[in-house]
Amino acid sequence: MNGDRRGGSASKSRDGGARGGSARAGNDKNGPRRSMFRRRKVCKFCTDKIDYVDYKDVRLLGPFVPERAKILPRRISGVCAKHQRLLQTAIKRARQLALLPYLTD
Amino acid sequence: MSEVRQYELVYIVSPDATEQDVTDLHTQVEAITARLHGELVKTENWGRRKLAYRIGKHREGTYVLEVFNGTGELTKELDRRLKVSDLVIRHLIVRIDEALGVAEHARSRRQSIAQKRAAKRPPRPEGEPRKIRDDDDDNDLAEV
Repeated sequence: MNGDRRGGSASKSRDGGARGGSARAGNDKNGPRRSMFRRRKVCKFCTDKIDYVDYKDVRLLGPFVPERAKILPRRISGVCAKHQRLLQTAIKRARQLALLPYLTD
Repeated sequence: MSEVRQYELVYIVSPDATEQDVTDLHTQVEAITARLHGELVKTENWGRRKLAYRIGKHREGTYVLEVFNGTGELTKELDRRLKVSDLVIRHLIVRIDEALGVAEHARSRRQSIAQKRAAKRPPRPEGEPRKIRDDDDDNDLAEV
């Protein structure tokens, strides 16, 4: 599982012993062009070990409300369900306090 | 008598207000908390910030954060007073003890899991490297 997650970009250099093997073979056939888009997404909050998503932290929330100020769906951001839930309330609270916009055009 | 919980209050003071007005508001909040047997834990003045959208005719405002312990009656009273106040253009009261408790729980759980894992792993004797082959060319394991 771990090997899968790293998505075979740059990180596989030294310890050549443990290769993902068969599961990755199909992907490699498509060439390096596709591999950029196929990269396995990991939850930012899980990796950074953030347990409480603070609505006051605009720098943290910013990347999850792109231009149009809609909340970024987790199928794109890769945030896990638990953290998306926390993120959602945090963003909505930040909006009430005019820290984040409801919409921009 | 309802239970004491921890809340967080953020209010935005109109940009027309003077420094004195802001401190006056703070002392008012302090007084209300004291009167209803609450306790102020933390105050933070974020200063003047641009608003993400216009509120009324304002484009910026002074943000003040107050963390306090108190009952539901206290939040109700604060809410009412802030609503009435002309200087406060927006405010939000959020209960935080529950969320912080959940976060604390998650953190301690992760720690205990990490400890268990560390305990399970057999302690590596000093000087003896892990079972890795010396495939790279820097020859650091050549003597094994």
